[in-house]
Amino acid sequence: MSLAEQYVMDTEMDRSEGHITEDGRKIGAVMMEMRNITLKFGGVVAIKDISFDIRQGEIRAIIGPNGAGKSSMLNVISGFYHPQEGEVWYNGSRRAPMRPYQVARQGIARTFQNIALFEGMTVLDNVMTGRLNFMKTNLFQQAFWRGKAEREEVHNREFVEKIIDFLEIQAIRKTPVSRLPYGLKKRVELARALAAEPHLLLLDEPMAGMNVEEKEDMSRFILNANDEFGTTIALIEHDMGVVMDLSDRVVVMDYGKKIGDGTPDEVRNNQAVIDAYLGVAHD
Amino acid sequence: MLYREAGDFKTSYEDDSQTFPIRFDRLAFYAALVVAFGIVPFVINDYWANAVALPFLIYAIAAIGLNILVGFCGQVSLGTGGFMAVGAYATYKLMTAFPEVNIFFHVLIAGGITAFVGVLFGLPSLRIKGFYLAVATLAAQFFLVWLFNRVPWFYNYSASGQISAPERTVVGVPVTGPHTEAWATYLFCLVFLAGSALIARNLTRGATGRKWMAIRDMDIAAEIIGVNPLRAKLSAFAVSSFFIGIAGALFFSVYLGAVEVGEAFGINKSFLVLFMVIIGGLGRIFGSLAGAAFLVLLPVLLKNTLVGTLGWPTDLAAHLEIMIVGALIIVFLVAEPHGLAQLWRLTKEKLRLWPFPH
Repeated sequence: MSLAEQYVMDTEMDRSEGHITEDGRKIGAVMMEMRNITLKFGGVVAIKDISFDIRQGEIRAIIGPNGAGKSSMLNVISGFYHPQEGEVWYNGSRRAPMRPYQVARQGIARTFQNIALFEGMTVLDNVMTGRLNFMKTNLFQQAFWRGKAEREEVHNREFVEKIIDFLEIQAIRKTPVSRLPYGLKKRVELARALAAEPHLLLLDEPMAGMNVEEKEDMSRFILNANDEFGTTIALIEHDMGVVMDLSDRVVVMDYGKKIGDGTPDEVRNNQAVIDAYLGVAHD
Repeated sequence: MLYREAGDFKTSYEDDSQTFPIRFDRLAFYAALVVAFGIVPFVINDYWANAVALPFLIYAIAAIGLNILVGFCGQVSLGTGGFMAVGAYATYKLMTAFPEVNIFFHVLIAGGITAFVGVLFGLPSLRIKGFYLAVATLAAQFFLVWLFNRVPWFYNYSASGQISAPERTVVGVPVTGPHTEAWATYLFCLVFLAGSALIARNLTRGATGRKWMAIRDMDIAAEIIGVNPLRAKLSAFAVSSFFIGIAGALFFSVYLGAVEVGEAFGINKSFLVLFMVIIGGLGRIFGSLAGAAFLVLLPVLLKNTLVGTLGWPTDLAAHLEIMIVGALIIVFLVAEPHGLAQLWRLTKEKLRLWPFPH
């Protein structure tokens, strides 16, 4: 079966309204769909004709060797890159090319491979920035503070405190981010993304550079976020153990092309995937 | 022993996010307000008002304005002098065109006009950053000074090319013109400084301030959490220029009385205010006050010591003064790059543990 045929089959399958997984989580209908995305930088083709979808409530992993185009894919979703060909469908309608802040307002949050926190601010302020889209008071109301601006601040603070509780970072809430160790910074970045109450959360290598314990913590937070808030999660990760344990479905990329798509078990037994990871002589 | 946060429990988020979370700080702040509003006006004389109080108050407003742009939003600007000139000329035009309106509103409207001009010159910030932006704002500085020199409409076609402030009163007391009293001008400027500091603090502790700081710290990440960079940067330019415009208006109308634009609002002014912000501490409202106090008081102090106490000739003292101030700035920045505000914070950290640091 060629990839195109498989994709047609996938999309037919996708018209279903979802199903219940073995561990009892509800997977809904398709929320985001990438259709035949091609992204070029000058002569370099970073992504070549890739299609896949993300369903409501699932944990979707994107894996592949270095330089496969995984991060570029996330950047397409979050609006940093605009593909030359292909369409992005979100919540049932085709998305026009938009700036990253507009994407954020549609309920898509993300973290970065190399931490992108605001170093000059405290943990609390960093997480509070995740609530900016919910803050509607104007400059003048904020200049006078008393009244609406203060109520809004307190209201959002309550939500942020829930997230801080959830990620167990209460003790460092007033610490400047620049003083934190790497693992905690990753956690704060997740907190900031979760504070935005995203429908879709994109995680770019959430476990990179962590030790086993930190990875276990992070996995727990990801699973809990998915479970408690119902957040759909798309993640890029190199740790295969983590990927196979966490995700419902996996997309495998290599040299900008999709070489596999399916449940962890299917992907694990896919010959193209094995070749890409173990290396095989290209003719 | 007084300076403790132990036992001072916060039971609401309002309490937790207040400006002075430590009780002693709060009391000290109220005491400073009482002294500034209730005692100083009764003891101030012309020398203190003109040499120390007025320049400090006015530069502090300008420094708060510039700090919002440079310290909070991370957009370097060298156009402060030009924007102050806009505030000054706007007040002058308003004062002469609508003499019946209270000067208080003229100053506010002048701030508003400067905010608009600031947004115009802030537009390049959407494309360029850092030093390149500084050069672009330098264009604002030179263009605005040139404009006010060359277009006679701005100085009402006066023969000298200067603008001079006519007498205007607030509740019957003159605050501009030749017959002002020290306490009146002092209070007039103090009200503006208090208002500016309060507004700046409110903006920077809330959502707007977080947007600015997000842009400053990492603009890509700011955009991904939903900050519109265009609006965030331009609002920083607007608010910053608003305060700088007010400072320019007061500098001309209350402090100097008569102004020649190239002399009063030249590039030197831009650098002076920028130094205040850097020495005081970027991204701290208190830093702006401290920086302004430092650079206003230091020359006065040096002059009094050199000329008054040591009896040196005035011109020699004047030159030495510049050299000493310059050297102090360098020494200071090497010792504490984060400015006076950081020094103050470290002192407070120590004080919290005193006298049992272990």
